[in-house]
Amino acid sequence: MAGAIEVRGLTKRYSDLVAVSDVSFEVAEGEFFGILGPNGAGKTTTLELVEGIREPDGGAVTVLGESPWPRNERLLPRIGVQLQASAFFERLTAREQLHTFGDLYGVPRQRADEMLEVVGMQDKADVREHLLSGGQRQRLSIACALVHHPELVFLDEPTAVLDPQARRNLWDLLRDIQSRGTTVVYTTHYLDEAEALCDRVAIMDHGRILDLDSPASLVRGLDAPTRVALPDGVLDVRTARSLPGADHVTETDDEALDGVSVRTATLEDVFLALTGREYRA
Amino acid sequence: MRQLRSLSLAMVRGLFRDRTALFFTFLFPLMFLLVFGLVFRDDGASRTELGVVGSGPVVSALPEEVVEAVPFDDADAAVAAVADGDLPGALVETDGQVRLYFAPSDQVRAGTVQGIVNAVVGQVNQQATGQPPAVVFDAERVESQSFQPIQFITPGILSWAIATSAAFRAALTLVSWRKRQVLRRLRLSPAPVWTVVGARVGVSTVVAVSQAVMFLLIAMTPPFGLELSGSWWLFLPVLVFGTAAFLAVGLFVGAVSKSEESASALANFIVLPMAFLAGTFFDISQSPGWMQAVSRVLPLRWMNDAMLDVMVRGQGVEAIWLPCLVLLVFTLVVGFVATRLFRWESA
Repeated sequence: MAGAIEVRGLTKRYSDLVAVSDVSFEVAEGEFFGILGPNGAGKTTTLELVEGIREPDGGAVTVLGESPWPRNERLLPRIGVQLQASAFFERLTAREQLHTFGDLYGVPRQRADEMLEVVGMQDKADVREHLLSGGQRQRLSIACALVHHPELVFLDEPTAVLDPQARRNLWDLLRDIQSRGTTVVYTTHYLDEAEALCDRVAIMDHGRILDLDSPASLVRGLDAPTRVALPDGVLDVRTARSLPGADHVTETDDEALDGVSVRTATLEDVFLALTGREYRA
Repeated sequence: MRQLRSLSLAMVRGLFRDRTALFFTFLFPLMFLLVFGLVFRDDGASRTELGVVGSGPVVSALPEEVVEAVPFDDADAAVAAVADGDLPGALVETDGQVRLYFAPSDQVRAGTVQGIVNAVVGQVNQQATGQPPAVVFDAERVESQSFQPIQFITPGILSWAIATSAAFRAALTLVSWRKRQVLRRLRLSPAPVWTVVGARVGVSTVVAVSQAVMFLLIAMTPPFGLELSGSWWLFLPVLVFGTAAFLAVGLFVGAVSKSEESASALANFIVLPMAFLAGTFFDISQSPGWMQAVSRVLPLRWMNDAMLDVMVRGQGVEAIWLPCLVLLVFTLVVGFVATRLFRWESA
């Protein structure tokens, strides 16, 4: 498998703060790659270093065989970028934003109009940017990132401000993009989303990658038990302990259950096991 | 080319959909024209008031075109009016005796009144001798049209309006695009940097020309009565170089400002004092020498003078090449500093 991105020993310091510390990873072509982590973990800085917005203090980045720093006009037409704060031209409508970005990449107007439909914004085409809702802005900025059919697209927390419906719709859109062969690199702090979408995820905290694998392998690697809860009187404790595979049986009265519940470990458990539970501002 | 056109169009749309920006670009300068143009319109023609008591050869010889006689019944009332500052002077004539009362608080008007009365008395005395006058005095006005205040005010306010909007739009575009991450987004697009700068320069120049056309058309209507002289169209190169100079100022302001608010404040801080020192609103030639020396280094002064020379003083290319050169050097120096200080990112 050919590498879309290769990152080796990437380091970035801001005065006394080490934002990214010795980060290495590879993203294969066509892969859906997620970077997970709490706020301030270094996700966005890592993305910015890979995109070529910032100069690394150490390490090497190769994107589609090119170096992204300094500004590389050969590489830029091949990548698409959606920024955390949706960057739009003031007072332009959704359609005009797409046309403007399309023109910057030399894309036909018709293609720009098609993107409106792809993200389900055709009925908002003539609405000015500041009158769009958070979800609409987010979808429009993804459309702007994809208007020129990039080989590789970077999305920084694309689902951050969306309501559940919009989030699920966006998942479909993102899966659709990947199925057309586009490599997707994206950051999120929604673990269910990473589990549902990503081929592989890197879990970051304090500027380092703590673990990197497919969501299923990460969960398996946690070696967390599956919890089966039953209502009172279905099974007595002694019989339960004698069942094959039962590690630990307890009786509790804090769970009022009507039926059977099975809870397996999720990416969230992996995440919490790796990053701890202390509160982050 | 398509990138340049598209970015320019985005800027033009942004401007024309922003009512506040439109107001400050097009209507605000017209308000200045209205205030200065109409208030000072009859300044040159206004007559000096003079309190008059009694009658005689001097009172009847007062020139009506210069003096507006205000009759009083007795001297005490007239002198009281002078003491109160209502009149610059009062003339009392009784049986070949003329006495002028004046208030020294307003020296210019007091001097005018004294001069007029003195001249009239001298004329009356000379006529009384029956001899022909030894020296014949004849006055003739020169360049009368350009002495109309509107002729001085229009090029000045136009220069100021163009300078302000070029500086403000450049600064605000830069700051707002940086804050909204449009700059970052553009940096991540294949558009060359020169297209961003080129779009700004192009749009500002077109805006400046349309400001000028609108402004001049209104200034030439009867209430204002501007009359352009011979090669007035030579103001166009001055306008282009002036726009470039203040775009550079705007890019500098935009480079060092973090928010729109601080950019507005800084742009005002630079352009507004410059407007006063450069003689945009008032004739700088009346000011102290040091102030005139300072104004010689200001780009707005050069722009202003060159505009004045070709638009109303009837001068030609010889009047604009040096100002254009000065504006070009200013643009290059400030533009260079601005690119050194330029940042793509807020942080």
